[in-house]
Amino acid sequence: MKILKIIFANALRHKLRTTLTILGIAIAVIAFGVLRTVVTVWDSSVDAAAANRLITRQAVSFIFPLPYAYKEKIKNVEGVKEVSFANWFGGVYKDKNNFFTRMCVDADTYFDVLPEFIISPEELENFKKERNACVIGQEIAVQYNLKLGDQMVLEGDIFPGQWEFVVRGIYKPKNKNTDDTQMLFHWDYINERMKAEAPLRAGSVGWYIVQIENPNDAAEVSEKIDALFKNSSAETKTETEKAFTQGFVAASSAIITAMNFMSFVIIGIIMLVLANTMIMAARERTREYAVLKTLGFSAFHIIGLILGESLVIALIGGGIGIALTYPIVAGFEQAMPKGFFPFFYIEPITTILALSAAIIIGILASIFPIQRALKTNIVDGFRFVG
Amino acid sequence: MSSIITVQNVSKSYWRNKIEIPVLNNISINVEQGEFLALMGPSGSGKTTLLNLIAGIDKPSAGEIIINGTVISSLGESALAKWRANNVGFVFQFYNLIPVLTAFENVELPLLLTKLSKAERKKQVETALTLVGLGDRMHHAPKQLSGGQEQRVAIARAIVTDPVIIVADEPTGDLDRSSAEEILILLGRLNKEFQKTIIMVTHDPHAAESANIIKHIDKGDLVGA
Repeated sequence: MKILKIIFANALRHKLRTTLTILGIAIAVIAFGVLRTVVTVWDSSVDAAAANRLITRQAVSFIFPLPYAYKEKIKNVEGVKEVSFANWFGGVYKDKNNFFTRMCVDADTYFDVLPEFIISPEELENFKKERNACVIGQEIAVQYNLKLGDQMVLEGDIFPGQWEFVVRGIYKPKNKNTDDTQMLFHWDYINERMKAEAPLRAGSVGWYIVQIENPNDAAEVSEKIDALFKNSSAETKTETEKAFTQGFVAASSAIITAMNFMSFVIIGIIMLVLANTMIMAARERTREYAVLKTLGFSAFHIIGLILGESLVIALIGGGIGIALTYPIVAGFEQAMPKGFFPFFYIEPITTILALSAAIIIGILASIFPIQRALKTNIVDGFRFVG
Repeated sequence: MSSIITVQNVSKSYWRNKIEIPVLNNISINVEQGEFLALMGPSGSGKTTLLNLIAGIDKPSAGEIIINGTVISSLGESALAKWRANNVGFVFQFYNLIPVLTAFENVELPLLLTKLSKAERKKQVETALTLVGLGDRMHHAPKQLSGGQEQRVAIARAIVTDPVIIVADEPTGDLDRSSAEEILILLGRLNKEFQKTIIMVTHDPHAAESANIIKHIDKGDLVGA
């Protein structure tokens, strides 16, 4: 207990220096936590992908559409259970800063193929039977204070004009990483108007979502689908939903890699700050370590004192940092454009990583001062003038 | 009386920038149980080095040191640390108390390395502090004590384990005349009433008068008795 008292008392001997070091560690842990949260949220969209779903898109690029006529052909491929499709709509809801996903989908099949979007049977029925109905995620309903029967008007950009919808369903997410910030409406509604206003753009869908019987057959089924449209004017590329999502994330991989790198650079910098504090502290206590050695205290005790002090500072800083990361991430989410990230929360692994980083920093920062304290013999220790 | 400390043909050199600097030259001393020996000499004469060798915090370059039957000059670092904890009480010129601990806790420090219970440690610490006249200052921090009181705490720390020998390096060197006198009286009591063997380094002739044997060292050689 006396050793613990010495450790804590030593840590607080230079209150200003220790406070600044603790604050430095706390800020670094906050930065680490926020950056890691962004990275994990980005990656979690890949984790949310279902194993039994394939995405069929235009082989040249995702931005080119596919003919609606492909639906029945794909459905007839052996191993395919159900086929749905979607098309990116874009548009603006009230203000261009109100960013959330808006897509026209195959109303008959979409919620069957994506069961992680939970909607009541009555609401689904109402959605299916009304051409300009829409379904929104519960987060969107809360954010924009929308309820069933409310009108939503979108100003189209990809599909020009004003588009009026009625909210007929509000879906709930099945999992924590299910996106509940989407607005989904009838592809037919958009397609009919396209037929009248831009016939060349009618009859096209963005991508097909293919539900398969057995996830183990994904490669085989993908090959069969793509073979169907080989040498056509719109060749396809079929891949698992996970691979498809990874392709999206990969487009931002340089930023994510940089954020990942930065999060660890921050940890490295703060390790140097703590190491500097510990070197100064151990240097000032050279005579005290000599006294303890003289009294018979072993190298083990000296290591315990220095390592203990370093860990106390690192863990207090880490603890404060982790505690503050939660409200800061919440504030960060509020400050971002709505719907920029469909979900934004601190994964338990981020907290574990931050705490582990604090412990590792504490250990590494003590190595040099421990080495120095052990190498200094008693006589030199007593001669030392700090 | 039997020799409790035997220093046989001990030499000590330090190396600085590849140059050997001899500090002690073939020194031999015997100290009997219960003696109070004062080592005197000018600065740099080697008296503190000899004290450090006897106390087991430094090792001789040549020769042998036997304390209470143990050849300490041949012990390894770890064994020497244990030997010091059990056999030597240290009093330094600058007290060297741990500033973040109270007087009680500073005196208790050497006992933390023993198997004594908390109650036994408390009893011994209180006895030691009462003996040095600080029974009413046990829970004061070093900075709340005068220099003389700090040195008395250091003496309590030195005697709390009931060591075979007490080594004191200029114990009055940092004190005013009155405090120095108190410390010398205290060391004298420990020697006479408790038969503690004490070796004290000093260059103060008045302080040396407290000892019953005075030896002089000059340029690494023992020059008188």
